[in-house]
Amino acid sequence: MSTVTPPRTSRDAATTGGPRPGSRPGGGPFGPEQLLRALPAALRKLDPRVMVKSPVMFVVLVGSVVTTGLALADPTDWFGWAVAAWLWLTTLFANLAEAVAEGRGKAQAEALRGARTGVVARRLAGGREERVPGTGLRVGDLVVCEAGDVVPGDGDVVEGVASVDESAITGESAPVIRESGGDRSAVTGGTRVLSDRIVVRITTGPGETFLDRMIGLVEGAARHKTPNETALNILLASLTLVFLLAVVTLKPFAVHAGADDETSVIVLTALLVCLIPTTIGALLPAIGIAGMDRLVRRNVVAGSGRAVEAAGDVSTLLLDKTGTVTLGDRRAVALRALRGVAEDELARAARLSSLADETPEGRSVVTLTEREYGLGSPGEEAPAGARWVAFSARTRMSGVDLDGLRVRKGATASVVAWVEESGGPVAADARALADRIAEAGGTPLLVAVEDVRGRRVLGVVHLKDVVKEGMRERFAELRRMGIRTVMITGDNPLTARAVAEEAGVDDFLAEATPEEKLALIRREQANGQLVAMTGDGTNDAPALAQADVGVAMNTGTSAAKEAGNMVDLDSDPTKLIEIVATGKQLLITRGALTTFSLANDVAKYFAIIPALFAAAYPSLDRLNIMGLASPESAILSAVIFNALIIVALVPLALRGVRYRPAGADRMLRRNLGVYGLGGLVAPFLGIKLIDLLLSLLPGIG
Amino acid sequence: MSSPLAGILQLLALLAALALAHRPLGDHLARVYSSGKHYRPERWMYRAIGADPSAGMRWPAYLRAVLAFSAVGVLLLHLLQRAQGALPGSLGFASIDPDQAFNTAVSFVTNTNWQSYYGEQAMGHLVQTGGLAVQNFVSAAVGMAVAVALVRGFTGSRTGELGNFWADLVRGITRVLLPLSVAGALVLVACGVIQNFSGIHAVGQFSGDEQQWNGGAVASQEAIKELGTNGGGYFNANAAHPFENPTPFSNLFEIFLILLIPFSMTRTFGRMAGSLRQGYAVLGAMAVIWLAFTALMMWTEFAGRGPAFEAAGGAMEGKETRFGIAGSSLFAVATTLTSTGAVNSFHSSYTGFGGGITLLGMQLGEIAPGGVGSGLYGMLIMAVVAVFVAGLLVGRTPEYLGKKIGTRQITYAACYLLVTPALVLGFTGLALALPGPAESMTHSGPHGFSEILYAYTSAANNNGSAFAGLNADTPWFNTTTGIAMLLGRFLPMVFVLALAGSLAEQRPVPATAGTLRTDKPLYSGLLVATILIVTGLTYFPALALGPLAEGLAS
Repeated sequence: MSTVTPPRTSRDAATTGGPRPGSRPGGGPFGPEQLLRALPAALRKLDPRVMVKSPVMFVVLVGSVVTTGLALADPTDWFGWAVAAWLWLTTLFANLAEAVAEGRGKAQAEALRGARTGVVARRLAGGREERVPGTGLRVGDLVVCEAGDVVPGDGDVVEGVASVDESAITGESAPVIRESGGDRSAVTGGTRVLSDRIVVRITTGPGETFLDRMIGLVEGAARHKTPNETALNILLASLTLVFLLAVVTLKPFAVHAGADDETSVIVLTALLVCLIPTTIGALLPAIGIAGMDRLVRRNVVAGSGRAVEAAGDVSTLLLDKTGTVTLGDRRAVALRALRGVAEDELARAARLSSLADETPEGRSVVTLTEREYGLGSPGEEAPAGARWVAFSARTRMSGVDLDGLRVRKGATASVVAWVEESGGPVAADARALADRIAEAGGTPLLVAVEDVRGRRVLGVVHLKDVVKEGMRERFAELRRMGIRTVMITGDNPLTARAVAEEAGVDDFLAEATPEEKLALIRREQANGQLVAMTGDGTNDAPALAQADVGVAMNTGTSAAKEAGNMVDLDSDPTKLIEIVATGKQLLITRGALTTFSLANDVAKYFAIIPALFAAAYPSLDRLNIMGLASPESAILSAVIFNALIIVALVPLALRGVRYRPAGADRMLRRNLGVYGLGGLVAPFLGIKLIDLLLSLLPGIG
Repeated sequence: MSSPLAGILQLLALLAALALAHRPLGDHLARVYSSGKHYRPERWMYRAIGADPSAGMRWPAYLRAVLAFSAVGVLLLHLLQRAQGALPGSLGFASIDPDQAFNTAVSFVTNTNWQSYYGEQAMGHLVQTGGLAVQNFVSAAVGMAVAVALVRGFTGSRTGELGNFWADLVRGITRVLLPLSVAGALVLVACGVIQNFSGIHAVGQFSGDEQQWNGGAVASQEAIKELGTNGGGYFNANAAHPFENPTPFSNLFEIFLILLIPFSMTRTFGRMAGSLRQGYAVLGAMAVIWLAFTALMMWTEFAGRGPAFEAAGGAMEGKETRFGIAGSSLFAVATTLTSTGAVNSFHSSYTGFGGGITLLGMQLGEIAPGGVGSGLYGMLIMAVVAVFVAGLLVGRTPEYLGKKIGTRQITYAACYLLVTPALVLGFTGLALALPGPAESMTHSGPHGFSEILYAYTSAANNNGSAFAGLNADTPWFNTTTGIAMLLGRFLPMVFVLALAGSLAEQRPVPATAGTLRTDKPLYSGLLVATILIVTGLTYFPALALGPLAEGLAS
């Protein structure tokens, strides 16, 4: 087992709770000025060919046209004009909501586009270099990038190593290393090479690069309706049909009741628009765009809205141990001296052997001896004349040689062999001690010295995987949400079990190979589970493709990024948890506004039905429980409320409803209370208030 | 017996009887529809119709079988009525006119039992017992089969198969409906319901006039009429007739028969779905609506104002004195919340609100507890819609019993929901807009409007009860109510079976802590709210112009 862990970006889980400050423009709170800025786009969306995609709002558009036509036919009727005006506003507000959501994405897209404009590629053709525009590159072309050059397209480094500034994509200013071969060979178009020279083989055609896809996504251009959105649209369309039916047949009913005059086409159109679920119909596209946008602001690019939706359904989360569950490297947590050896002596030897050891394990031994044994002092130098023995895969030991003293630390078998080689005795409890640490899931490092008394083992350093702070709580939270976490690790089952128990994951897969990972995903899926995972290496690609939500790390290979359906630009594996939360939030927002929209209708009936029929059947005036001033003001108040509620809910649609991980029961109770009961009560208050204001106008009350 | 206390006691007795009976019957139904065993008489029947009862059917095959069987039923019943005059056992009655024969054939095959004829003046023993009573059995069995097919859609895994229609049909009759109706008929005979094949008797009246009474196999037909939520009376006065429903006890027993299978099927559903609690959640929603409607009905009927009301202790007009307000209210709510449509009182004579309750009961889609089979599948459709919205509220794409409610599923559910409002509101609007049909109304104003609204509500929802007052034996009403009954029965079945098929193809998703719990009281409450809001919003304007305008005026 190697004691060297490959370096990888890992961020403390606690700091990833929200968008990182200043990562990219376009987010931020919603303000009225965004509405103004989106106005031109909203007006362009009045095109019937665009509107027809949303059946609910298309009905409102038709209603606006019809009422305007009728108002034109009778220009002295102020009521007709008022209804027509508010129906147009309703349509416009719906388009505004969508345009604002798109506008927020566009701001991000502009920033991204800046990185791409006018890139000139240095293409290698037959050993010669030629300058071609970045858009002229084809898959398979080889291009050269040197310090200062912008990488012209997505590809893999096939030659050389360079540091690359990826801030244009990730918002992260620290440069990253890209080199040929291995898992860090992918470069992204639009990033800048800061040093050295690399040759890149282009892997995507023009217009399909990562940057292009990202721009398309944040602009909403590449937006397709997600499955759940389509299903919801069908339900809304059928409700619209039901209400259309109810309103159209109301005319002969009204004629029979002797209320022909009160039920003009204008009034019936107003009733129809109030009844159909305009609130959710207007905000549905904005909710979807804003959901993607929230992910982008967390530096995750989803290949499709479908993936975001699926994230809400995830029931099994596969997490890599290293970097996700644990800090990514083992730390020394204790020293165990053999019988007859002073702990101090062991501490000094362990420290001496680690002073020049720059691996995290080595540094942690030094820290431990300072903290627990008070050794060392600030600015301490290694003793003069020390010859460092570096760790090698063959010897599996490291150490130091001084005059008259040699110290070694390393894997049990190696150190024992080193001691026995000189005929020295190995104390019986050395192996037992090492085994106990291994059984507890730790890694034992034997420390031995050779001095005047010959070679002998002093004791054992207990190295342990350190579980990130707060992970236990997070996993408990996930369990409450109904999500099972499975830790994936290359460690042996013993170590894996110990870490799994400490971190509180539900299950683990030890000594995992890519094949076993894939098999695990298939097994889970066969049981009906939806699986999410992260990965970065090429050998993760099959598993990423198999998983329902596969999040590739941006530092990973192109193969991994192609296979997954999301890319995390921060390369932070714990982000999977946030992705799931974002998916759930998206679905909850849709459900909340649908519930709200439906519950609203009750109040609208109580406003409009007495207004229409109280003249014919005076008894129906008892339904006017809000005590609205006049039939005209009642109908107009309902229409105005119906329009204004859209604007009032735009911030909620963009932000998403508050989401706190909890079990389904609690969430249902809370959301039904807020949006169901709230939706029932709010319009009674709103319509009454608008009616009070309207009745102040001369000629209405 | 007309005090409110009598009503409460009757309701409690009914509750106790249903609570006792629904468990063994529900479990028995689950066994019947899950068993692999064929009894010998059943095998004879399969051989006779050339069906393989063990072959699994996918939804199109199941639907074809339902439609073919029903089409043959309409044809045979139509021919039997048309040929009545030439056949024995006619009691001397002539053959039925084509439009009325069509209406009646459709009516009995669709489990509606809307009657535009007078039983004792038009139908002889052969048609009553050999035609109408036969359809009482098979139409009920078809409804149960479709409901069971939907349940199998939820429980099946990836096969897409919904069971075998012929096996479901035959077993529903031989193992459930026949034994239960034999027992029911014996109880009714003991109560005094007639059961014979005697002819027409002339009976002298006190006033000196002569009245004609016919005999018939009434008890046997009465039992299946209530048990199968059919509702077609042997006599025109239906369950108000003393030969059909002689005593307060027989009245309560008939209400019990009406509610027995629909409530029990929730237990069958829970059993087959592998979780009795899922059945209880649906049962809870049904029971809450039924109890609330019964309470409201008793309240409005007992609280009626005016001197005539006070003298009789409530709204006694149109009600039999032997049942009183309580027995009539219980019956009226049970018959309209199921697809029965048998009546023991004139719904037209109820208070404005009372009439509204019978209307709304049918407009809910007759799902609390609903018709045999149709109540369960109607309720499960509403459950799918409720789950669709509520599932989003817990942050998952919606699923019910482990099956995802996606685009296909919600499309079928939405189409199902569209059918009856389109028929009810469309035909009512048409009848009012055209000059002819409105002449059938007895009243003007809100009450007249209710007459027509009631007729189409009853037909499209396959209830079959009439509001009285409307002369429905005209070519217009015979034809349009016939169309409403046909489409109102079989279009929903198409969507139910399509939904079942799409569900049966899915692999079930295991439940987690993040899954919406559909076996909790909270969900039952949500289901009730969804039903009330969806139907309430659809019919509120129409109800406002009929019963509400009438009820609020008093």
